[in-house]
This record gives sequence, C-alpha cells and structure tokens, in this order.
Amino acid sequence: MTSRNEILARVRANQPPAVSLPGIPTFGKPLVSLPEAFRAALLRMGGKFAEAPEDGDLDALIRRLFPEARVICSATPEVKGTRRIGEVKQPGQLADVEVGVVRAVFGVAETGSLWVTEREFKVNSLGFLSQHLVALLDPARIVGNMHDAYRERAQFDFGYGAFLTGPSATADIEGVLIHGAQGIRTLTVVFARRAAAKDLTHRQ
Amino acid sequence: MRRIDHAEASTKFIRARDHLDFHDKRLWDLRKKRDRESEGLAEWETLRELASAIKEHTLSHLADYLEQFERNAIANGAQVHWAKDAAEHNQIVHDILKAHGTHTLVKSKSMLTDECEMRPFLENRGIEVMETDLGERIQQLDDEPPSHIVVPAVHKLRGDVARVFAEKIGTDPKNSDVHYLAESQRQHTRPYFLKAEAGMTGANFAVAETGTIVVCTNEGNADLSVHLPNLYIASVGIEKVIPSIEHLGVFVRLLSRSALGSPITQITSHFRAPRAGTAMHIVLVDNGRSERLGMPDFWYSLKCIRCGACMNTCPVYRRSGGLSYGATYSGPIGVIIDPTFNLRKYSSLPFASTLNGSCTNVCPVKINIHEQIYKWRQIIAERHQLPFVKQEAMQVAGKVLSNPKLYRAAVEATGAGIEHLPRFMMYNRLNAWGRQREVPAAPSLTFRQWYLKNRQRKARTR
Amino acid sequence: MKVALFVPCYVDVFFPEVGIATLELLERLGVEVTYPLDQTCCGQPMGNSGCHSDAAATEALFVKNFSGFDYIVGPSGSCAHHVRENLTAIEQTAQVTRVRERTFELVEFLHDVLEVKAFPWAEFRHKVGLHNGCATLRALREAKMSEIHEPAFSKPMDLLSKVKGIQFVKPDRPDECCGFGGTFSVFEEPVSARMGYDKVNDHHRAGAEYIVSGDMSCMMHQKGCAERLGLPLKFIHIAQILNGARA
Repeated sequence: MTSRNEILARVRANQPPAVSLPGIPTFGKPLVSLPEAFRAALLRMGGKFAEAPEDGDLDALIRRLFPEARVICSATPEVKGTRRIGEVKQPGQLADVEVGVVRAVFGVAETGSLWVTEREFKVNSLGFLSQHLVALLDPARIVGNMHDAYRERAQFDFGYGAFLTGPSATADIEGVLIHGAQGIRTLTVVFARRAAAKDLTHRQ
Repeated sequence: MRRIDHAEASTKFIRARDHLDFHDKRLWDLRKKRDRESEGLAEWETLRELASAIKEHTLSHLADYLEQFERNAIANGAQVHWAKDAAEHNQIVHDILKAHGTHTLVKSKSMLTDECEMRPFLENRGIEVMETDLGERIQQLDDEPPSHIVVPAVHKLRGDVARVFAEKIGTDPKNSDVHYLAESQRQHTRPYFLKAEAGMTGANFAVAETGTIVVCTNEGNADLSVHLPNLYIASVGIEKVIPSIEHLGVFVRLLSRSALGSPITQITSHFRAPRAGTAMHIVLVDNGRSERLGMPDFWYSLKCIRCGACMNTCPVYRRSGGLSYGATYSGPIGVIIDPTFNLRKYSSLPFASTLNGSCTNVCPVKINIHEQIYKWRQIIAERHQLPFVKQEAMQVAGKVLSNPKLYRAAVEATGAGIEHLPRFMMYNRLNAWGRQREVPAAPSLTFRQWYLKNRQRKARTR
Repeated sequence: MKVALFVPCYVDVFFPEVGIATLELLERLGVEVTYPLDQTCCGQPMGNSGCHSDAAATEALFVKNFSGFDYIVGPSGSCAHHVRENLTAIEQTAQVTRVRERTFELVEFLHDVLEVKAFPWAEFRHKVGLHNGCATLRALREAKMSEIHEPAFSKPMDLLSKVKGIQFVKPDRPDECCGFGGTFSVFEEPVSARMGYDKVNDHHRAGAEYIVSGDMSCMMHQKGCAERLGLPLKFIHIAQILNGARA
C-alpha cells in the first residue's frame, strides 16, 4: 500500500466522532473611520504614512522620501521609477533595488495590513528584496477586519498573495525590536486613488 | 533510550541567574501583551470557541479534507507527496532536492522539519541548509535546537549571540549591539537567498478549499525562500488542514495575538501555485499524527496552531527553558505531545507541571492541556514508567490513607518526628523540600486530637 | 442543613488552627457542623501522581465518611476541586455522585450557599496580599482569571472586603502559580522553590505584611520560602481572618 493510502486509511479509522462546522458571525464595526483606523494600526505595526502629493507627482514624493535612492523599481504604471519591472527576467535581479513601489489591492483597518498579489507585484520578490517599499492604497478600498478581508474571495485565487503589515521585523535577540529583518526595512503607505489610464504619461 | 530528566536540566538553567531573569521576564512580557490584545477584543472568547470548533470539525473529517486539499493543490500545479514518518519525509525532500540539482537550500522556520531531524539528514548528503529565521539561524550556528517555537533563541542574551556570530560568521566579538548583530545576520544570509536552488517553508495552515499553504512570519524570510529559487517545498503536518479561506479570518486574528501580542504577523503569505517555470512540492506528513487522532483523551492536541502562548504563560517553562524538555516541542504542548513519540524517554515531562491550568486558558484553540497532562500521568503510572521512585510510595500512601487507624498512627508519628529531628538532618541533600525552604513545624495536636479534646461531647461516632 | 467538616490531611497535621477557624466560623454563622472522625484524605496525592487505582480505597473511605450530608465543606480549594472533578477511581454510584457534587470549598460555600454579607466580628488591620490557589481560581472559578476575557469578579475578595481595616496590596503577577503543585514541590524542587521565591518577593515588594489564601498548601510552600529568604511575611488562611483573627 502506498504511504498515501496507508495514512488516509489510518486517519479514516481513527477520526473522532463528527463535530459540526460553525458559521462565522459578523463582528462589530469600528467606530472611527476606516482610513483613520487603518493609519493608526499601520503606525502601530511600524509602518509609515506619507501624504499624497497635491500635484499627484508620486515620483517626486518618492525622491523626497528617499533622496539617496538610485534604484527605484515600480510595479505600478503610476510611478516611473528608474528600473522597469517589465524588464526583470529573474527575481534575483531586484537584489539592488532600494525602493520598490506597488499598488495594494485593499487595506485592512483592524491590523493596518495591505493585500498585494502576484498581479500587483509582477515580480513577487519586489516586496521582499527591496530595501524599502512604498505602497499606494485607495483609502476607499479599506475593509474593516480580517474576516472582511478573507471574504474578498476572488483575491485568493491568485497563485500568490500576502498581507503586508509594516516592515519586516524581528525581536529574536533579547526582545529588542528590529525593523528590516530579512525583508523590507520600511513600508510607507500613500493614500492615493488609482490614476485613470489617460492620466498616465508613461508606460511600463 | 535515556530518560529526559527535566528537574536536573532545570537546575542548570536556574543557576544562570541573568539568563533566568531575562527569560522569565521576556516571556511574561509576551503573555502580558497577549492579555492586552485579548482584553481589547470583545469577541476574543468567541473567536477561541470558533477556532476550536473549526479544528475539531476538520480533524473529525480529516481524510476528506486531506483529499480535497490534495486535489486542489494538484490542480494548481503543485505536486503532493505523503510521508508516513520522519524518515520518509526526509527521503522525499532529499530526492526532490537532488533531482533538482540542489546544493543550497534556504528555509524558513518549521517545527516539523526539526521534528523530522531533516537538516542533519540533508547535510550528511551534501546539501547545505541555511536557516533564515534569525532565531533559528543563531541556534543552527550554535549547534543547539531551538528552545521556543516562536522565539527560538529566547534563552540567549546578546553576549551569547555575539560569541556565536563572532565564531561562525566573523562578526566583531566585542560588539553585542543587537542592531549590529541582526544586520550582520541579514547581510550574511542575503546572498544565500539569491544563490539557493531551492526554498522550503513549513505551513501554519493548509486550506483544503484551494490547496493554499499559509505561512505567517515577521521577518519576510519565507517569501524570500519561495520567490527566488525555482523550487519550493512545503512541509505540512496533516493536522494543519483547515476547510476554507474564510476560516483564515478566525485563525489569523488569534495566532499572532496569542504568540506575541501583536494583531497580525508582519507578513501573512498565501502560496497557492508555482510561478511559471518553477516547481512547487507539498509533503504531507503523518509521523504519529494519525495515531494520535485515535486517542480519545489526547487527539485534541492536534488542534495546535503552534503559537507558543502556552510556553509564554507556563511558570515552569519560563524558569527552566525549552531545552530542558529535551524535545522539539517543549512547554505545555510538548508535555502532552512528546509522550506519543516516546513514552519512556519523556515520562518526566507530565510531572514538570503544577497543573495550574494557565496554558489551557491562553490556548487559542482551547486545547485542554492541563487535563491531558493529568491523564498522561495515569498512563505513565499504568505502564510502570513513573520517573521518580513513586510507585511503591504511592501504594503505601494508598493503603495508609484508606485506613483511618493507620493514618492516625502515621500522622501522629510525623508530628512527633518533625519536631524532634535535628536541623542538620532536615536540611541534608536527601530532603528536597528543605533545600531551599524551611520545613513546616508540626503543632503538638492534630485537628482531630484538638477536636476530641475540646469538642468530644458533640462528636458523633460513626 | 447538615454540614460535614472536611479537614484536609495536611491541615489536620500542620495547620489545625485552620480547621478550628473553619469550624468556629461555620458555627458562628449558625451552621450545624459534624466532623466525621474517621476521615483521612481526599486522595489527591495519589491522583496527581497518576496512581489512579491506588487512590480508590481512599476515595471510597471519603464517600463513606461524608455520605448523608447536605454539604461537605473544607478549607482547601485544591481538595474540593479534586473531589468534585477527579474522584473517579471508584465506581460512580448515586451515592458517590451525590457526595462529589456536594463538596464545597469554604469560600464557595460562604459566598454561594450561605450568601454571607457581613462578618461583624472580623477585623484585620493589616496590609494583605490575596493569593488564590490555581485550583481555587481556574478550576473552582472563584475569581476572574487574568487570561480570560470575562467580567471582573472575586468571591474571596467579596468576603474579605467585609473585614474591618483590611487593606489589599497589588502584586505584579497576582495569579501566577506559586509553585507548590503537590509532589511537584519535591520532585521538581529547583523550579518549585524559584517560583515560591518569586511569589513571596512579589507580595513583599507590593507591601504585604500578610499573605492570605484559601489554600494552606500554597501557604505552607510560600511560608517555607519566605522564612528561608528571611522575609518578614506572615501567612494566614481566609477562614482565620473571617473568623475574627486579629493577627
């Protein structure tokens, strides 16, 4: 008998008496506005927040936030950057990226999380090899809590998706909090409505 | 096989005062942070109840859910393997890696791979394995197992890490600044992510509905292990399966709050399908789980989501350290799981507990840990594996305590005895109580004697 | 109501004053109390060591001694819990079930059954740290558990706060286990002593002159630790304070 069949047979034989599956209730809504709650949670998790530029020039904003950065790679056509994501053939080619830019699909107010999939990243390693990540988020696309997030069912059909909540972190040595463990050192969220295609003056 | 002596191991741990104090305070702090989260969510106890019920439902239908998971994983383009034990797991992983031409494997934290002792198996066969989680990496370099399932090096102080890193990765031995040490590990590890031919993760959850592997990390190392190499292997204990995406809402809300007192881990990754041109393999592992499923008193331990909250709250764990349990799984959850791996070897663990019940209270999936500890003691006694010279003593106690006259004779002797024994006899090495505590002085009359003397008129004879 | 007094074995031998205070307190409250002379022990030492079958005869004796009463009351949370939850080595007849259900720890009995609202004779002008033993707290549910999101409540505190002049201190870790744990105190002595030291130091730092508990087993262990450390702490049972002890 294959291990598979052996395991399944033993599992079947040993399963305890059936317990029924509970339904998941809807829990209460937060009293503050979702963007406000999101921002507070984001900051608490070590993320940063930047106001969207009045003139809509996100490239300029990023240059202001990261004046020393030479390699800026954007996965969204809303930001030009210095390296085109479309030209990346191997995920390791993003190893020298100082600032990665991506548009998040939605945010979660409860935790300050951003949902991003392979469709937004284009190259998944962008979210982890970059030293810093800037994420654009439409403030109208913030859900209340993680139950609401997981009800965005179609999002979980992608081959990869992640909730990003602040920068990578660790407290493994004496409980001292470090930002920038193996992944990004900072995460900066910018509230920005998705630009209409006609407003984009460049292409990826 | 040598029996683990938890009490002896704890003596060493307690002697290192600075380490003990830090360890106890750090983990208690995580427990306090957990409390702040649990007090802050009105629905906290409802979530625990839901998580427990979802897990119990799944485990009671596990075969169907495993098959559903496998079907969907294969439909996504992943390959699914089944390992009945640790040896088969290691062989499967090795064969996949070798076929792929792997020299270097990067991996994120997985208790299952520790349980299977995978690393030495691969290293002995010429595959370099890089632990990329900071705590796991420290322990790997120091040739020690992880001591805690969430914070693997919590028993070390920065000076210990500085020593290990100086010796093994060439950092400045005089620099024990934590930022410097963490940055050093980041820089040292990064090239491995870029050159590794394969990456490996464990799984916090495996979703049957979609075939998705969910991994919760703070460091980002799981994603780096998966998104860079062309081969991804996930090691998954069969008990990690949950029915649907929707259920992740319950577990994700509970996991990090319970583990670290933070609402969510910095990254919550959902790996569903391999990138174009790459391969994804999932190894479903039994290694005693299906057998444990059939134990009416102990199958609830399979609900465990590996949060470590039980370790953080356990007053014994905090003062003895995970390594004193001599097993991959330590603390309260270890106490109820490890005897299934080897009853004799781990027979002292269920006695490394005061049965205080705090672990059961913090468990996000409501495992009745302390009740299972109590039941394990009975099994150990039945199988004549009591670790201390207790079996005969308990038989004698049972006889004396069930016979009023024998009892009275014994307690009246004790009363007289303790008063008159010289001090040096009370505080010698054989008398464990007296090592660090004064012995209670027995008053001259027992309650019964007082009662007979003062209340005899009212006493009823039965 | 017919009430039987259950005096745990270690109270009988080491802390008879606690049994005396319990008896006197119940009598002050108008309860007719019987003390079965042939009682010994609830069987917990064997039970907690996993020696289930060795406990059977002791359990049977307990049931025999305490049959025929409306309530069985004892000044020990861990013993009352053991009787209610773990007296399972003997056949569970109707008589056994009845005795088990009717066994109460003293505070539970005073609070829930007698619903005592005042102790006019009681006065204790000292700073006191309340120690709820783990069985009393988490098994008998006599107070809010810090791990659980539930409303605040405390039966021992409800009773003790009726005592004139009593002041409570706030230790850092009020419901962390003190480390007695029965045979744990001997077979895991290093950790047990460490836990006991931490507990008494915590109460001492908070300013306690006395530590009070419904469990003398915990007190015995903490007292042993405090004395070895040379801490000026005194230990007393709830029954003694409620019965009017002044010190």
